[in-house]
Amino acid sequence: MGRTAVHIPDGFIDAPTSIAFGVAAVAGLGYCLRRGSAELDERAAPLAGLTAAFVFAGQMLNFPVAAGTSGHLLGGVLAAVLVGPWIGATCLAVVLLLQALFFADGGLTALGLSTVNMSFVGALGGYLVYRGVLRVLPQRRASVPIAAAVAAALSVPLAAASFVLQFALGGTVEDLSLTAVLAAMVGVHVLIGIGEAVITFLTVGLVMSSRPDLVHGARGVLRRERAAETAAVRSTA
Amino acid sequence: MSVDATSRPQSRRTTRSVLIGGLLLAFLLAGFVSGYASGAPDGLEKVAGDQGFLESGRDSGFAGSPLADYAVRGIDDERLAGGLAGVIGVLLTLAVGTLLFWAVTRLARRRPASAPPGRE
Repeated sequence: MGRTAVHIPDGFIDAPTSIAFGVAAVAGLGYCLRRGSAELDERAAPLAGLTAAFVFAGQMLNFPVAAGTSGHLLGGVLAAVLVGPWIGATCLAVVLLLQALFFADGGLTALGLSTVNMSFVGALGGYLVYRGVLRVLPQRRASVPIAAAVAAALSVPLAAASFVLQFALGGTVEDLSLTAVLAAMVGVHVLIGIGEAVITFLTVGLVMSSRPDLVHGARGVLRRERAAETAAVRSTA
Repeated sequence: MSVDATSRPQSRRTTRSVLIGGLLLAFLLAGFVSGYASGAPDGLEKVAGDQGFLESGRDSGFAGSPLADYAVRGIDDERLAGGLAGVIGVLLTLAVGTLLFWAVTRLARRRPASAPPGRE
């Protein structure tokens, strides 16, 4: 036997809730593609595809977090910082679709639920956190992997909380304590978030050290760095 | 004086070499390192078991797929079956992702009305 599945299976959440989130996922992804295609260069398509492939690879690497429990990369902040939030969110959806269709990981009816949790909460929401964290850090390129790591750490329990919301709306097992489910989900995913932060820090740091110009989330910082250097050169001239 | 990033070619790596390096790293992770991944249930599965809703989950309709559970069917060696499935998955994701993003950016170009004003 190979690895066990890591995404929401069919059956956890009832059909009406799953369908509602499916519709929201399709509509949201349409919007992401519209926004993303406007800012993505045709030649950058392979980089976006590689980002999706890297997230796929990262999600295979379950690391132990507590006794009898493992965690794996979500990859939302990683993808959003590298290729921008819109394309990054779409990368996550591509990974989820292929995992469900070819690797029997995650239910087909649960695809909308997982897409909302990982693409919209993980990548889009995580990117908002990234921008907020980056704003309070020194405007240097070294701040980029740090802000990405902090956002990555927070994005995992946020996505877990989003699942609990879905469970509250349409969980098929009744009479469960929602606060207990929420506490358990957020608790374990805070730990998984540490691993998420490490992987995101290392990967974003690696690309920043070789080609910072390819990192979408570093654009503002690089622009301000250049402006500051130009101003310094002018003042000494 | 321009201090644009492209003005320091000695520290630049071409986009192609970044692509190749990234792909090799993805192959290494999915094809080899994945063999050492933890087999314990992940956060969701563990919580579902502890809280009592794991049994409500059903098997995937694609459980009979030749790549189901990240193992190439018919290969007995677990590490090989898993590693191969990982490499296939990386290539598949790369191909589908690249094709999708290439297609939508081309489509966006053809519809200049939907492009932001002042571009192109």
